[in-house]
Amino acid sequence: MQATFYIASAVAVLATIMVITRYNMIHALLYLVISFLAVAIVFFILGAPFVAALEVIVYAGAIVVLIIFAIMMLNLKEEAVEQERIWFSGNTWIGPGVLSVILLGELIYILVSSASPEVSSRVIDARDVGLSLYGPYIIGVELCGLLLMSGIVGAYHLGRQKKKVVHRFLEQTDEWKQ
Amino acid sequence: MQNDTLNHILITVGVLAGLLIVAPGLIWLERRLLALWQDRYGPNRAGPFGLMVVLADTLKLFFKEDWIPPFADKKVFVIAPAIVVITVLLSFVVIPFAPGVIVADLNIGLLFFLAMSSMGAYSIILGGWASNNKYALLGAMRGAAQLISYEVFMGLSLMGVVLMSGSFSLHKIVEAQQGMWFVVPQFLGFVIFLIAGIAETHRLPFDIPEAESELVAGFHSEYSGMKFGMFFVGEYLGVMLISCMVTCLFFGGWLGPGFLPPVVWFIIKMFAFIFLFILLRASLPRPRYDQLMEFGWKILLPLTLVNLMVTATWLLYHEQNSVGH
Repeated sequence: MQATFYIASAVAVLATIMVITRYNMIHALLYLVISFLAVAIVFFILGAPFVAALEVIVYAGAIVVLIIFAIMMLNLKEEAVEQERIWFSGNTWIGPGVLSVILLGELIYILVSSASPEVSSRVIDARDVGLSLYGPYIIGVELCGLLLMSGIVGAYHLGRQKKKVVHRFLEQTDEWKQ
Repeated sequence: MQNDTLNHILITVGVLAGLLIVAPGLIWLERRLLALWQDRYGPNRAGPFGLMVVLADTLKLFFKEDWIPPFADKKVFVIAPAIVVITVLLSFVVIPFAPGVIVADLNIGLLFFLAMSSMGAYSIILGGWASNNKYALLGAMRGAAQLISYEVFMGLSLMGVVLMSGSFSLHKIVEAQQGMWFVVPQFLGFVIFLIAGIAETHRLPFDIPEAESELVAGFHSEYSGMKFGMFFVGEYLGVMLISCMVTCLFFGGWLGPGFLPPVVWFIIKMFAFIFLFILLRASLPRPRYDQLMEFGWKILLPLTLVNLMVTATWLLYHEQNSVGH
């Protein structure tokens, strides 16, 4: 089990690095999917099979599909890859690099200084997740619901179209007559 | 212990071999049945009942030129057809064919199936995108939208079954149907799952991603040889998977009168649904793309939510009554 945990974590880290460094956006998103799958395996090993399944269904299965969908509609060609290549060169790395190194330092400090991390051997199944979501964390669930609702209303507003009674070809001929 | 391991390996190999033998056989079955319903013979020359047509088809696919268009994104183009077969084959891992005959009895079996079917959407999207072809891209976009929407109802329609059996494990769900098959109390869930299942496998009448009269061959326009074969086999495996799931979730899986062994009951029920899939293909026309979306979001989604709510209320009411006594 230890070995599988470390392999999955390594895959997750490597895949995430690949996500950042790819020039082609679809390739980057594919690595993101792999990263999510690896994280799902980590969750599974840590005794949270329900969260692992949701990670795959929601993140890898729905959200990334939607992002790829949007990118496909943009129809990015070689120029976009070139643009990425220009953005990625040289100085752009310095700012995020420094910040990440600071975070990495903190992470290592925490890992070294704290005692062995407590991983409960108890399996957290769907029942436990549901009880905690609708018990102590109910306010978070409600707020998420509100946020999603406003998102849906906004999307509906953006996508709203005036209802056409006349067929579009007839409409054109009318304009042409005037 | 040694014996257990050996048994487990035998089951795994047996399930895999069975699937890979039956899936191409379905090509023959489908063509014969379509012919029967359309008043013609169908393939009946090669071998007994024309069975050898499967072999001929497979050989033909193997010997065709395996062509990758120069304008395609090569790596993604090659990965895409593999994804569909891998995800569908992985889904079979959680299906109990008989008591004890199951590759892995995960306690999140149903969620695993949903996860794998949502990963299957990638094969269409990536195949269409990597082909770098208008028709393929259009097919992929339609496919992505269709699969994402119908996944929602698919997952929700199964929650009624989960509520009634109290488990995500398919083994436990089948065992919970000893008294009554779930198709009776969950009839609405069954109908919605079947429709969503057809849409998920993008079979006719919901084969809008590959609508051949509009889009050449949709997302796999550029595919040839065994790569096309992968999509083809993946589709038939998908048909089998949905049939197996319907059998397990709503029709009592291996349960049945004792004069036949459980596996036989399972296979009979599974083939009944495969026949239904083919009959639907023979009899229904393809809806327009916007009609499909409207049907999903405006009819199926509210119905699924009502089904879920009524089931939950009913169970809660019963639970309180039994506590009161």
